[in-house]
Amino acid sequence: MRHTISVLVENKFGVLSRISGLFSGRGYNIESLSVGETIDPQISVMTIVTTGDDWVIEQITKQLNKLIDVIKVTDMTELDHVEREMVMVKVAPRQDDKAEVLRLAEIFRGRVVDSSQKTYTIEITGDEKKIAAFVELMKPMGIKEFVRTGKVAIAREGIKKK
Amino acid sequence: MKLSGAEIFIECLKKEGVKHIFGYPGGVVLNIFDLLYDNKDVKLILTRHEQGAVHAADGYARVSGRPGVVLVTSGPGATNTVTGIATASMDSVPLVVFSGQVPTMLIGNDAFQEADIVGITRPCTKYNFLAKDVNDLAEIIREAFYIATTGRPGPVLIDLPKDVTSGKTDFIWPEDVKIRSYNPTYEGNKWMIKQAAHEITKAKRPIIIAGGGVIISGGHKELKELAEITQIPVAMTLMGLGGFPGTHKLSLGMLGMHGTYYANMATQNSDLIVAVGMRFDDRVTGNVDGFAPQAKIVHIDIDPTSIRKNVRVDIPIVGDVKFILREMLSILKEESKGQWTEIRKAWLSQIGQWKKARPLTYHSIDDVIKPQFVVEKIYEITKGDAIITTEVGQNQMWTAQFYKFDKPRRLVTSGGLGTMGYGFPAAIGAQIAFPDKLVIDIAGDGSIQMNIQELATAVLEKLPVKVAILNNRYLGMVRQWQELFFHERYSYSHLNMVPDFVKVAEAYGAVGLRATKAGEVEPLIEEALRIKKPVFMDFIVDWKEKVYPMVPAGAPIDQMLFEEEEKKAEKKLRAVK
Ligand SMILES: Cc1ncc(C[n+]2csc(CCOP(=O)(O)OP(=O)(O)O)c2C)c(N)n1
Ligand SMILES: [Mg+2]
Repeated sequence: MRHTISVLVENKFGVLSRISGLFSGRGYNIESLSVGETIDPQISVMTIVTTGDDWVIEQITKQLNKLIDVIKVTDMTELDHVEREMVMVKVAPRQDDKAEVLRLAEIFRGRVVDSSQKTYTIEITGDEKKIAAFVELMKPMGIKEFVRTGKVAIAREGIKKK
Repeated sequence: MKLSGAEIFIECLKKEGVKHIFGYPGGVVLNIFDLLYDNKDVKLILTRHEQGAVHAADGYARVSGRPGVVLVTSGPGATNTVTGIATASMDSVPLVVFSGQVPTMLIGNDAFQEADIVGITRPCTKYNFLAKDVNDLAEIIREAFYIATTGRPGPVLIDLPKDVTSGKTDFIWPEDVKIRSYNPTYEGNKWMIKQAAHEITKAKRPIIIAGGGVIISGGHKELKELAEITQIPVAMTLMGLGGFPGTHKLSLGMLGMHGTYYANMATQNSDLIVAVGMRFDDRVTGNVDGFAPQAKIVHIDIDPTSIRKNVRVDIPIVGDVKFILREMLSILKEESKGQWTEIRKAWLSQIGQWKKARPLTYHSIDDVIKPQFVVEKIYEITKGDAIITTEVGQNQMWTAQFYKFDKPRRLVTSGGLGTMGYGFPAAIGAQIAFPDKLVIDIAGDGSIQMNIQELATAVLEKLPVKVAILNNRYLGMVRQWQELFFHERYSYSHLNMVPDFVKVAEAYGAVGLRATKAGEVEPLIEEALRIKKPVFMDFIVDWKEKVYPMVPAGAPIDQMLFEEEEKKAEKKLRAVK
């Protein structure tokens, strides 16, 4: 099963390679990985998407915890949480498809962040399903380039009913 | 007053109480070596190879419980430490390895003797540092010792660029260390401990499996008390030997691939396994799916990743073995008194039958020296009280089987990595830690050649270490596998030429002795022990001998091969001919 794991780490040199080395050295796979500073510049947060059965995921979280530079490991999949990823797609549609591309971008609440005579670059943010659907629809339009940030995730806070 | 990084290095070692370090010089560490030249507090043992230095520090650490310290130069000096570091890492040995590095300005430039040792050792250290600023040095060293020696111990490397050791700053020793992301658990979960104690009272056929964690935590007394009170027999992993007295009537000896028949049978037939400070290595479990099919498993270990890594666990307890066993004891002592012997009667008598059915044996033929006989004689003559190091191969397994370790920190052997060439330098380190103790490396003729250059170290440092070479002219363990599983195709396992070990010893200024007949073994060992110098004892042993019992790789551990069966098959063959 796919898990999204959020890891708070010391923002130190070499930490990324400790984490990626753990995955490669033990044969776990990383589907996506994103890293960024938190509000505290001494701490970074990594969001790792990985797959494995319960045994593997348990080992992954334990092994991550064991790394000296890791402060906290949270398996988001076990919590109610929000996941987002941003992609940018550069499409080069035929003349007759141009309007369709813009229409689709609008439906998906995308933004055109760059355009040329032949191309549009569209930015879109969303969860996995939304992005997959958008990419599917863009494919016949002629995708020239495609980049994605990797997923980030955050836990939801419960709302008390009045 | 400002101190240089090199001076800070020395001051920190003094603060950590380090008296001996093991090492080898080179360009970028010459300023540190210059300080060591006339330093009275820290003495460097010059080995003849950086691998030897790390194994020596490792041997020192295993027998003393104190961290071993290494100092080497950059590039090849640093890369030569890798096998030693990986060996220590697998067996949870506290080491602090200092490697020189090219000046920070040159890092990444492929400078002369530059190697990315921090990158290279990342997966085989518990942690490693690149010291980039002399102002951080004292704190880094303090943290390194702290990380190496706490929680599950392990090796830590500090890379020291030349400009950092020559740069100057105020020396401030950080009295406290606190690393927010590193907080090992020592006290086990009370509720889990209670559950485990409850399982012990319910169990009909329980066993304890003791691993190296018992020795590291110093929990051997608690373990003995637990076993005796509850009358539970104890099997040990290779690393656990000595964690429970090998001559105790509740001892089952070693379990696993070359474990005793009774340890393996008891494991497979048990209804409760209390695993203490061990990690269910594949050499212990054999086929995992067929491992102890009827047993509930209580697993005590300080490293949470060891738990549920290889086998299912019913009651996991993360923490220090000694703490947890104490807690468990206090519960069990209250729980019930006296009736344990009665409760265990059937189980212990079953185990007694297994012990009687297939004890550890070997067969003597005339005057031929059987390797097991040599180990047995060493055991008898040293009254089981020597520090024994081993190399790797058959020599290691025969030592584990035939030398009964009654005390912890007496067996020093590369368990996890299985590093040939480990035993001799480790013996040197052990002898440095305990100058008055008898230290013997039980070696193979192949392994001893991997760090034989350390004879020079032993001779110069006047260390009376003894090496008993079980000389079978073969990479014996490889030969054994080829005989049993590769149709006797002895591909590159015959050494063809082994040097004259007596002459080698003499060439280095040590003493060499040789025995070719069984009758010579005992007098030779006695003679060697009288000599206050390093001695190579070259025992020309039966090269055909194999280690039995043996569980073929991948089989469950109650499917063992025995020597008796082999002998019977041979007899049959002869009769047919
Ligand atoms: C550095 C290293 N290389 C290779 C091996 C694989 N290996 C395991 S046992 C063994 C043979 C050891 O021969 P020897 O030291 O003569 O011991 P014996 O088995 O004959 O007692 C080998 C090659 C190893 N364990 N370590
Ligand atoms: Mg040999």
